Amino acid sequence: MPAQHTVSAFDTELKDLSQSIAEMGGLVEKMLGDSADALQRRDTVLARNVIERDARIDAIQREIEEKAIMVIARRQPMAVDLREIIGAIRTASDLERIGDLAKNIAKRTLAIDTAVTLPKVVTGIVHMSQLVLAQLKTVLDSYVSRNAERAVAVWNRDGEIDAIYTSLFRELLTYMMEDPRNIGFSTHLLFTAKNFERVGDHATNIAETVYFMATGSTLPSDRPKGGSVTEISSLTSVL
Amino acid sequence: MLTMPLPKTATKVKVSINNLKFFYGSSIALKGINLELNEREVTAFIGPSGCGKSTLLRVLNRMYDLYPNQRAEGEVLLDGENILSPKQDLNLLRSRIGMVFQKPTPFPMSIYDNIAFGIKLYEKISKSEMDGRVEAALKRGALWNEVKDKLSDNGLSLSGGQQQRLCIARTVAIKPEVILFDEPCSALDPVSTAKVEETIDELRTDYTIAIVTHNMQQAARVSQKTAFMYLGELMEFDDTQKIFTSPSNKRTQDYITGRFG
Repeated sequence: MPAQHTVSAFDTELKDLSQSIAEMGGLVEKMLGDSADALQRRDTVLARNVIERDARIDAIQREIEEKAIMVIARRQPMAVDLREIIGAIRTASDLERIGDLAKNIAKRTLAIDTAVTLPKVVTGIVHMSQLVLAQLKTVLDSYVSRNAERAVAVWNRDGEIDAIYTSLFRELLTYMMEDPRNIGFSTHLLFTAKNFERVGDHATNIAETVYFMATGSTLPSDRPKGGSVTEISSLTSVL
Repeated sequence: MLTMPLPKTATKVKVSINNLKFFYGSSIALKGINLELNEREVTAFIGPSGCGKSTLLRVLNRMYDLYPNQRAEGEVLLDGENILSPKQDLNLLRSRIGMVFQKPTPFPMSIYDNIAFGIKLYEKISKSEMDGRVEAALKRGALWNEVKDKLSDNGLSLSGGQQQRLCIARTVAIKPEVILFDEPCSALDPVSTAKVEETIDELRTDYTIAIVTHNMQQAARVSQKTAFMYLGELMEFDDTQKIFTSPSNKRTQDYITGRFG
């Protein structure tokens, strides 16, 4: 953070905005971790609890937007301050989406028939969720410290998650073809994996935002890719 | 929204300032400024009080010549000719480089004569031609519609914002090539300010414009290039868009974001 503003209330407002993001980030991180635990343990109580928590996330996002709009209206921010506020709005919107995805994962957990014993592929999804969580944690740290280097590291690492998703996709497709009775839970698991993969994308969005806030320039539009969409579509056409 | 620079093909250097130093008696106010003003662009000068931005503007039309003990060193080239040269015809220079001041300064005469006065100094034209020139100038100053039915009223009877636009029209009337604005809106209300800004934006299609302003948002709105000055030095000079979103110099950033420098 650069030196203080002549108008100290401006500093307070910016700090407040930043703290709200940190709070929201913490809650979303916990929600996502719990959604993965609920899936792994088939814990319906925890899953329901995750679903309930999403409303609070939505409320914080609205608060952040309102605060940001007020600061813009009052202070006509420039340069680093302007980027700071735009960054907060963008990050809040990515975090809100991650909250939705965590809620969706929890709903899938509830939707899977409890009588079914899930195959080993769940371990793969849980492993993927851990990578995604680590990404989210790092990017939130980079937000708090306005650290462009750490943000770039997150941005570069998303390819790994995409690659795991592609391999999980392949595995679940095989289950479905083996036995039509597997289609139900496999579909739910496929969406769950997809949702974790999407969280990874939002983490890279936040990384781009942090980079912009810290440096004033934007990261290039093409980021290193792991498992690509074309790879998946060629896979389905072969099968 | 920041105004976009005109297409690159249109830019041509109109005024070139080379190693310009300025002295008030023995104290130095400008410490070697190098800067170029492009044709058909608005260049904004910002910086805290006493940074030398108004001094720089006063050098550009040699206003300082009116005062003893003030002198400039270095070069200011207008279309390649050094206007600081003692051989420079000052009347001609001031017809080529017009200036609008902080406080509106209409002459105590009719609105019509406020515009015609300057034209008469340089040209002999017929009454009907003069009518046309006065109308055209008032239109460029975005004042015509408000005063067309009372051209014989005293210029001082107009509101502050109208007086300022009258001064802009008076400057435009003598067809200068460069227009200097020294905080043209600091004494105006927001509506008049918006009208003056609109006028400046229209004028830039034909003129080279330099504006000194304390209002950061105004610099961001009206200019294509921004120069940040501090203690007689040019700290940063770049595209306005760059200066107000991610300036390179820490002092520029501290100043435009309202931090202790």
